[in-house]
Amino acid sequence: MKLTRRYQFSASHRLDTPALGPQANRELYGKCNNPHGHGHNYLLDVTVAGSPGESGQIASRAELDTVVRERVLARYDHRNLNADVPELSGVVPTTENLAVAIERALLANWPLPARLAGVRIQETDRNIFELETKR
Amino acid sequence: MLLTRKAEFSASHVCAHPGWSEERNRTVYGANANPNGHGHNYLLEVTLEGDPDPVTGMIFDLRELKDILNEEVVEPMDHRHLNREVPPFDKIVPTTENVAIEIWRRLAPRLSRGGVKLANVRLYETSDLYVDYGGES
Repeated sequence: MKLTRRYQFSASHRLDTPALGPQANRELYGKCNNPHGHGHNYLLDVTVAGSPGESGQIASRAELDTVVRERVLARYDHRNLNADVPELSGVVPTTENLAVAIERALLANWPLPARLAGVRIQETDRNIFELETKR
Repeated sequence: MLLTRKAEFSASHVCAHPGWSEERNRTVYGANANPNGHGHNYLLEVTLEGDPDPVTGMIFDLRELKDILNEEVVEPMDHRHLNREVPPFDKIVPTTENVAIEIWRRLAPRLSRGGVKLANVRLYETSDLYVDYGGES
């Protein structure tokens, strides 16, 4: 059985890879390459899996909220993803890379009895990225 | 092929384990343990898996599916207090997980026929919290 909880954070970013020159970056990333960056209201869905047990809950909502708040929201919300988030330093902050970084931040010493099953990030209403946790 | 049908019901509940102290219930369930209860607009998504019938082109008759959802879930649970009016929640804590499992238990026998089976019950308690149950133990 799975339980999914939705969170929100707002952050700015700029997509630009040092592997390419300025012109190639502009062509590849379009407006997302604008030098001063731009922002999104990200929706983050965190899914855990397990059995409800005696409490009837796969996971304590309060404990899950604390983990996500401390490891993600407190560090990502109202930040510049390129500049302010250490694990994204040197990484192009596409939503794909964001999903990988957030999964990694959650998985390190994962404290809940329920297993982390995946993360899903909605960058805008039209762009959604989903990652199933394999471990 | 998958077919998903939605239904909604609004109900009140209290999440508190009868064998636990008030303090422990408060720790485990937070505000959900408030003794006089509170309510949600639940959104249910029921997913069936099967092949379209070669004659009708349908996996399952949608009108019948709607009637079954109404009979098994909406009529018994809508505008009810789950703990007081909807067994087994007089004995089982009506967490989102347990409500989803109970909905599965009610629907699975009526929706499984021929090559069609109930594949998933997704129950939203709020827009920020949902559970998925596929009949696993």
